[in-house]
Amino acid sequence: MNKEREPRLIQRYTTSQRINHWIIAITFVMLALSGLALFHPAFYWLTNLFGGGVWTRILHPFVGVLMFVCFAIFIVRLFRHNLFARRDAEWLKHIGDMLENREENLPEAGRYNAGQKLLFFALIFLMLGLLLTGLVMWRSYFSGFFPIWGIRLASLLHALFAFLMICAIIVHIYAGIWVKGSVRAMTRGTVTPGWAWKHHRAWLRQLRGGTPDKRG
Amino acid sequence: MSLQSLDIKRRSATTTPPPSVRGEVIGGGVAKLIDTTKCIGCKACQVACMEWNDLRDEIGSNVGVYDNPADLTDQSWTVMRFSEYENPAGDLEWLIRKDGCMHCEDPGCLKACPSPGAIVQYNNGIVDFHEEHCIGCGYCITGCPFDVPRISKKDSKAYKCTLCSDRVAVGQEPACVKTCPTGAIVFGTKEDMKKHADDRIVDLKSRGFDNAGLYDPAGVGGTHVMYVLHHADKPGLYNDLPKEPRISPMVGLWKGITKPLGTAAMALAVLTGFFHYIRSGPIETDEEDERKAREMIDE
Repeated sequence: MNKEREPRLIQRYTTSQRINHWIIAITFVMLALSGLALFHPAFYWLTNLFGGGVWTRILHPFVGVLMFVCFAIFIVRLFRHNLFARRDAEWLKHIGDMLENREENLPEAGRYNAGQKLLFFALIFLMLGLLLTGLVMWRSYFSGFFPIWGIRLASLLHALFAFLMICAIIVHIYAGIWVKGSVRAMTRGTVTPGWAWKHHRAWLRQLRGGTPDKRG
Repeated sequence: MSLQSLDIKRRSATTTPPPSVRGEVIGGGVAKLIDTTKCIGCKACQVACMEWNDLRDEIGSNVGVYDNPADLTDQSWTVMRFSEYENPAGDLEWLIRKDGCMHCEDPGCLKACPSPGAIVQYNNGIVDFHEEHCIGCGYCITGCPFDVPRISKKDSKAYKCTLCSDRVAVGQEPACVKTCPTGAIVFGTKEDMKKHADDRIVDLKSRGFDNAGLYDPAGVGGTHVMYVLHHADKPGLYNDLPKEPRISPMVGLWKGITKPLGTAAMALAVLTGFFHYIRSGPIETDEEDERKAREMIDE
């Protein structure tokens, strides 16, 4: 390929968005590992990664608060790109084609497709749920303010939300492995025009300046 | 507390059987029977507990009732609860209940505990905390149907009555039993204690306490600390002793089916992704896509 034909790369995430994302990712991994350690005895050995059971118990909630704060910033930055548009309903109807790698049968996606938007709102719900139930469970500081039934309910819901969150992130990570050229958006900040054309055509069109669509 | 590794029936956060070579204990294990009808509220049991276990709670202040200290703490593993009850005849009854761990046959604390071996149940039924394995999460408090465990502010470990497991292990009765001046607290095998309670209940009924009975709640599989109550039909009179205690369904769900089911579902999610990749492969961007993208940009 000669130099003239080399595609100009398209910026998808700024440096600070990428740093923000990876802080969330690292804290999430820490939380998932420490949380699983306290969830099921089969994972208790994971407490060794955090310096033992007591340190796992001490660190988990603080890391959780850090993740929530970083996530809140991330959400504010990406919120307007994730609002549902009319074409998203159509996209979801064809999600089977997406899974069969027949993306050509799907309507054009904006900056985010309907699946990504669903994940976005699911994560907002789960993060909020985990924060609130986690505070109720935080014995050192907050549990004393709540009735015992509240602590029991929070413990159950915390496990449920965490389970759903881990499943959601498994989907998120897999999507990055599956759709080649996606990960570099979050590591280098850029994607190739062909990637944008193939997966987020409406976004590319918008970047080019045609068909203004502020909902991305 | 103790080192009877061959006498463990249940172990927290452990999915394989504990050492069980010795088999069942005769007599249904041990039990402490607290006869509230004989209790005079002298608190000698509290003192004996402090002395044997070498605990010194903070000197508190009078809060207007006889309860002293006002609640169980990491330093006070047993507390006399005083209730003033005006019976239907218009007479005052002073109901005194020695509160503390009930040593449930199906212990909610042990079920909830995430740390392997931090809570054990011995073959004799005693539920004991091994504080060196305690991580201080407080799940035992969440799991307990009787609101007994307390986390120390000093070391963030959970503490409660051990039923003097160290004394029992060498053939002695618990310190509170040893000291009780009226014989309101007795100790033996669970079967013997039930028989003893039966005699007491017959006596109480003959004295007009028609509802006298034994408190050995079936919802937690029975307890290894039992009460003789004058009003067994209304345990709530005794400082809110629960009528039908059981491990909360929320705790049961959280610590029951959720754990294997959730773990399996997460593993399945990963496997689904893996086999999707094996079946359908990745979505890649090729030269054709780049060309079409350029066309769109150059339009």
